[in-house]
Amino acid sequence: MDLAYTPEEEEFRARLRQWLREALPTLPPKPSPDDWPGRRAYDLGWQRRLHDAGYGDVHWGASPTVRLIFLEETEKAGAPYVGAGFVGLLHAGPTIAAEGTAEQRARWLPPILRGDEAWCQGFSEPDAGSDLAALRTRAHRDGDDYVVSGSKIWTSHAEVADWCELLVRTDPEAPKHRGISWLAMPMDAPGITVRPLKTLAGSAEFAEVFLDEVRVPVANRVGAENDGWRVTLVTLSFERGTAFVGEVVACRRVLRELAVEARKNGRWDDPALRRRLGRLNAEFRALWRLTQWNVSDAELTGGVPGVGGSVFKLRYSHARQELYDTAADVLGPDSLDLDRSWVLDRLSSLSYTIAAGTSQIQRNIVAERILGLPKGR
Amino acid sequence: MRFQLTEDQLALRNGVRELLARRFGPQELRAAVDEPGRLDRALWRELGAAGFFALRLPEAQDGVGLGLPEAALAFEEAGRALLPGPLVATHLAAGTVPGAAAGEAVVAAVGNGLVEWLARADVVEGDAAGAVPLRSVDPLTPLHRVPGVVAVDPVAVLLTAAEQLGGATRACELAVQHARTREQFGQPIGAFQAIKHLCAEMLVRTETARAAVYAAAVTADPADIHTARLLADEAAVRGARDCLQVHGGMGFTWEFELHLHLKRAWVRTHRAGEATESEESLAAELLAQPI
Ligand SMILES: Cc1cc2nc3c(=O)[nH]c(=O)nc-3n(C[C@H](O)[C@H](O)[C@H](O)COP(=O)(O)OP(=O)(O)OC[C@H]3O[C@@H](n4cnc5c(N)ncnc54)[C@H](O)[C@@H]3O)c2cc1C
Repeated sequence: MDLAYTPEEEEFRARLRQWLREALPTLPPKPSPDDWPGRRAYDLGWQRRLHDAGYGDVHWGASPTVRLIFLEETEKAGAPYVGAGFVGLLHAGPTIAAEGTAEQRARWLPPILRGDEAWCQGFSEPDAGSDLAALRTRAHRDGDDYVVSGSKIWTSHAEVADWCELLVRTDPEAPKHRGISWLAMPMDAPGITVRPLKTLAGSAEFAEVFLDEVRVPVANRVGAENDGWRVTLVTLSFERGTAFVGEVVACRRVLRELAVEARKNGRWDDPALRRRLGRLNAEFRALWRLTQWNVSDAELTGGVPGVGGSVFKLRYSHARQELYDTAADVLGPDSLDLDRSWVLDRLSSLSYTIAAGTSQIQRNIVAERILGLPKGR
Repeated sequence: MRFQLTEDQLALRNGVRELLARRFGPQELRAAVDEPGRLDRALWRELGAAGFFALRLPEAQDGVGLGLPEAALAFEEAGRALLPGPLVATHLAAGTVPGAAAGEAVVAAVGNGLVEWLARADVVEGDAAGAVPLRSVDPLTPLHRVPGVVAVDPVAVLLTAAEQLGGATRACELAVQHARTREQFGQPIGAFQAIKHLCAEMLVRTETARAAVYAAAVTADPADIHTARLLADEAAVRGARDCLQVHGGMGFTWEFELHLHLKRAWVRTHRAGEATESEESLAAELLAQPI
């Protein structure tokens, strides 16, 4: 067991740190959370800067350890989050890299890396959430195209995405996991309507997407026809396995800020609150170690994160909510003021036990796939 | 960074596991419970011969010359097997108390308010004056109450956390085995989500604690050690409770080994000072370092 980084990795860290020191002060001002076109431009602009500096492909071109260092350093330096680049960089990209043909990789990967194109994820449907494989959006072949009809929901960044990783049913007769295909759908195709949905935090983070006879070339299918569920599991393992790494670093920073704030406003004198902060420190330190453990494991087993990501996601999503609930205790009545820091974060933390697979579903995955317990009827 | 067990560490862990399975299996465990307060001196010497106590002593002093990570792995196995005796105290005394390294001497140490195995020890580290026996909740750990506050060695905290990790691992294994085989309502109880989710949470707590304990063993950093302790205590105590629940009535019996895990986990939570000290220390650390 070893927690030391190699000289090459340390050199990467030092170089990145230096570059961030120079690049960050030249960033444009941050757009407001509701200004989606502005957010897209800001987030993809940052990706372009990373690309031009040679860090563009770090999310799936580099070793897991280098990626860990990248996420740690960018978060520590306060660099922008992947934001609108999330789906492209953290799951469509890795999925196409792992499962796509040479032409598909050449078509879609460079624009993701350059920050030219943003993706969204069209998996969930109104009647297919946790039971994702129950999806009904249909695609039937017509010449060289699939003709797609149906609707998707909770599609984050749909308004500003260029592409959608879309799950469709290509064989309605097959058992539900067998008749699904994974398509790359251009979001400007005729027949697509995007209706933004307002979240409990008051902003439009996600949307409903209606698909009315949308034509998607058959060449846009990643993986074999009706093999989309397997491809999806690859996508989801990326989403759960490594997508949250940088956030642990962010939570550790917030925790320190909370301690400083509590000292300032006197709540630090309450031993119960102090001990809660101490316990959260233990929690996020341990989650960081678990991240390093999982990354080392991925390093040894070829890069695709395993179901261990579910272990992390379960623990982390609850810890994050506990963190912001504790922030509310530190703030006292100010925790009701939307203009105070941490209040919006507290609201958005509520999605963590739901998005990317609910905690109940993660527990099923851990119990069935890691512990080998039988599936229920 | 290769934060995974090395081949040598895996071999060491398996070696200790085999030794303990052979010498301290279910029968020996039962025999120990039937004769509370007895310490198996022959086993103690065997542990000594296998290098359990001298693991971290330099080879020049007839030690094995390994480090904290290896000691943590060995203590994890001891916790998994529920091995009784003042293991941590004797391990820490190797090199200073004659006979400790070889398992010839049994060494007890005065902890914070309590001392384990006082009456069986050949040597007692610390001031045990005024020690009063109490009727120990754990049939495999005789306890005395001692006055006064004692600073606890961070290595003792870490090795105790490693034992807790082993106990948590065992509780999870026992629960999963039972959930797979015990049938009710025409199916294994493990097919019911209420049971499945208990087991999943046990694993999540155990694996998070594992990462914390192993990292603390690698860095020996005080904040890492406090972290390991809090996470491992939680994994062990809650793991044992949940395992009891998964076993139903059987979990509540004296016959089934589970209660011993729970009781030992409770003893260990007091061996290394109180959890509040770890929490306070980790809270203070938040202000000590820049954001
Ligand atoms: C902020 C946010 C962003 C999202 N972004 C996207 C996106 O970009 N693209 C996309 O495709 N989706 C997205 N989602 C959707 C998300 O993946 C789903 O909301 C999630 O999988 C749950 O599905 P559901 O909402 O239909 O809830 P349901 O499946 O109806 O679940 C409701 C409740 O029932 C429980 N439940 C359901 N089945 C079981 C079971 N078998 N055992 C035990 N309990 C069960 C659930 O745990 C939950 O508590 C997003 C969601 C959120 C909140």
